[in-house]
Amino acid sequence: MDVVNQLQRQFIDYSASLHREGFLDDQFTQLQKLQDDNSPDFVVEVASLFFEDCEKLINNMARALEQQQGVDFKQVDASVHQLKGSSSSIGAMRVKDVCIAFRSFCEAQNRE
Amino acid sequence: MRVERVISDENDSFPVGMRVLAVDDDPTCLLLLETLLTKCKYNVTTTSQAITALKMLRENKNKFDLVISDVHMPDMDGFKLLELVGLEMDLPVISKLYDKMPSVLSANGDTKLVMKGITHGACDYLLKPVRIEELQNIWQHVIRRKKFDRKDRDGSGGQDKPYIDSSEAAGLGNVDQNGKFNKKRKDQNEDEDEERDENGHDNEDLSTQKKPRVVWSVELHRKFVAAVNQLGIEKAVPKKILELMNVENLTRENKFRLYLKRISCVANQQANMAAALGSVDSTHLRMGTMNGLGNFHTLAGPDQIHNAAFRSFQHSGVLRRLNTPAGVGISGLPSSGLVQLSPVQNLGNTSTNQRKLQSFVIPGNHNANILQGMPMSLEFDQLQNNRAARHVGQFPSVDNTTGSSQLPTLHASNLRDSVSGFPNRSTLSDFTSIARASNQLHGSKADIQDQAFPISCNAAKIISSAPQDWNAPKKDAPYQSNVPSCSINSLRAVNGDMAQLGQCLDQNNPIFNRNVGFDFVDPLSIKCSEGENLAMEPSVIEKEGYLMVQPSRQGIYIPDNEGENFAMEPSVIEKEGYLIVQPRRQGSYIPGNLGSLEDLASAMTKQDHDKGKPTDGDFGYNDYSLRTCI
Repeated sequence: MDVVNQLQRQFIDYSASLHREGFLDDQFTQLQKLQDDNSPDFVVEVASLFFEDCEKLINNMARALEQQQGVDFKQVDASVHQLKGSSSSIGAMRVKDVCIAFRSFCEAQNRE
Repeated sequence: MRVERVISDENDSFPVGMRVLAVDDDPTCLLLLETLLTKCKYNVTTTSQAITALKMLRENKNKFDLVISDVHMPDMDGFKLLELVGLEMDLPVISKLYDKMPSVLSANGDTKLVMKGITHGACDYLLKPVRIEELQNIWQHVIRRKKFDRKDRDGSGGQDKPYIDSSEAAGLGNVDQNGKFNKKRKDQNEDEDEERDENGHDNEDLSTQKKPRVVWSVELHRKFVAAVNQLGIEKAVPKKILELMNVENLTRENKFRLYLKRISCVANQQANMAAALGSVDSTHLRMGTMNGLGNFHTLAGPDQIHNAAFRSFQHSGVLRRLNTPAGVGISGLPSSGLVQLSPVQNLGNTSTNQRKLQSFVIPGNHNANILQGMPMSLEFDQLQNNRAARHVGQFPSVDNTTGSSQLPTLHASNLRDSVSGFPNRSTLSDFTSIARASNQLHGSKADIQDQAFPISCNAAKIISSAPQDWNAPKKDAPYQSNVPSCSINSLRAVNGDMAQLGQCLDQNNPIFNRNVGFDFVDPLSIKCSEGENLAMEPSVIEKEGYLMVQPSRQGIYIPDNEGENFAMEPSVIEKEGYLIVQPRRQGSYIPGNLGSLEDLASAMTKQDHDKGKPTDGDFGYNDYSLRTCI
């Protein structure tokens, strides 16, 4: 049980730090609240779902950006937009902010 | 996680067990939403494809109570889905947007999106990330709609029938017109401000309930009006609506143009709201001396907030108001159409000076609406005859409106004439009839007032019709039916002393009740996608000592917006010494007539506080007036 306690404490510390650094925000806390006996792995589920989705989107973006003949910014933008939505849903604040910055680049059609 | 629960009794089960359909292409969001909803004890079904969602909805309309849909979807445009669901199935739809925090898109972008949503018939909108508190409130949408629906159906059976018939007829007419208007509206809307907040949407929802078609026409109408009024100042929806309301009252004197502008703005907004409110219009503008601007805006309801859908009208902010303004003239409007007008008009009216104009404009708009859906034009004609040029002021507005609203305007003018005819006639009956037919041109004193009604009439229509009824002791039953349709125009300005109004109100209550039945239908249909539309603004216009209270039926609004619909914006406009307060009625004014008055009063009071309309003092006064009346 000690190990469990330790792990729990670690977990708490870790999430606290994540919050502080701005990786996560309140939304994530809410997510955690949603988890209960009825859905014990809710947070895990959501997180993994997010990662999957994320991966797909990032791949899309990478592909779009790598194109030699004129990058399709609209597509990149759409992907980023979706990523932004997802990340904000789970509370990945930093990801969301990055997305926002990304979008402005897209609008500026700035490949760099 | 899905719980298949049978909802035995709608009344009791809410909010627990409400069946929600969630559509979102983002699986993360979808899962999150599902969990949240389940936590709220809702019965959730999810799908990531809009097409699937539509299929599910089509196979059994009663399967779901509410639909939450994302607006960014790959296979089908979220907005389109909104429209389809809203129109086909009369279900409240909530659209989900992306949060823009810090917004990459400008603030406008978000607003536009929301507006768009409302215009397309969304009851409400949610921003991502979705919060559980917001979800907990959505049931109100559904419950309101159901309530209205029921009320409409159950309402005075006899009266409902004629009303329904007329509304149906109107609905048909509206449908056609809607198509036309929609187009127009769309164009106009696009041209016009995008700021129109969601007003439009709510209205649509309302009308959709009863008659999707009707709603549309109202919206269209409103849009049209809004477009026309665009010239006017576009204020936040609530404001606009208020203004419209105010304007309506003013219309008498002010240039018609100004009025038109206002109306347009307001109308647009209100259109949305009006739709929702449309039924609610009942706000009678009692334009005592015209000076008071009918506040009927109340209808404008909160559409603004949400309803992007309101597109037709400047629902924005004024959303509610728009409805009401539309209601003003349009009381006759088949509820959906009228409402729309009102809102638009309301917007237009925003400027106090222009109020007058607006008010006229509004009526015009309303008229148009009404005409469209309703055979009321006939009535108007009659009315017109009755009234002589008194309403000159009104006419201008009508004329103006007619100009803008292509078809409807014509009618509007008719209405106006008729309405003006009424105002001339001190006889209450005239007013009542006019109010009904045309949008309530009441204007016992000022023709404008009547006009104001039409605008606000949408929601107020009903109310106005009611008051009219009592004005004219003999309100023919047919009128009542008209009124319901017009409901929007309810602006009825009652020239009579406040006391009269009070009396009338009392009297009307019984009558109104009857009409109410009808009205509800309208308002319901109007229920703009966003609850906000409901904002019925009871416009209380004090003219020369007379208070005109336009009770806006909130009941209807509510369907549109969650609670917000009630947001009636009290618009206080002092004109020439008259205070026009448009209290927003919250809570179905109509439903209880008697009760509604109280609600109105309270709504007004509340509104006043909330709104802090131009003159706080006025509000207080208005409230007082309201109370006095009541």
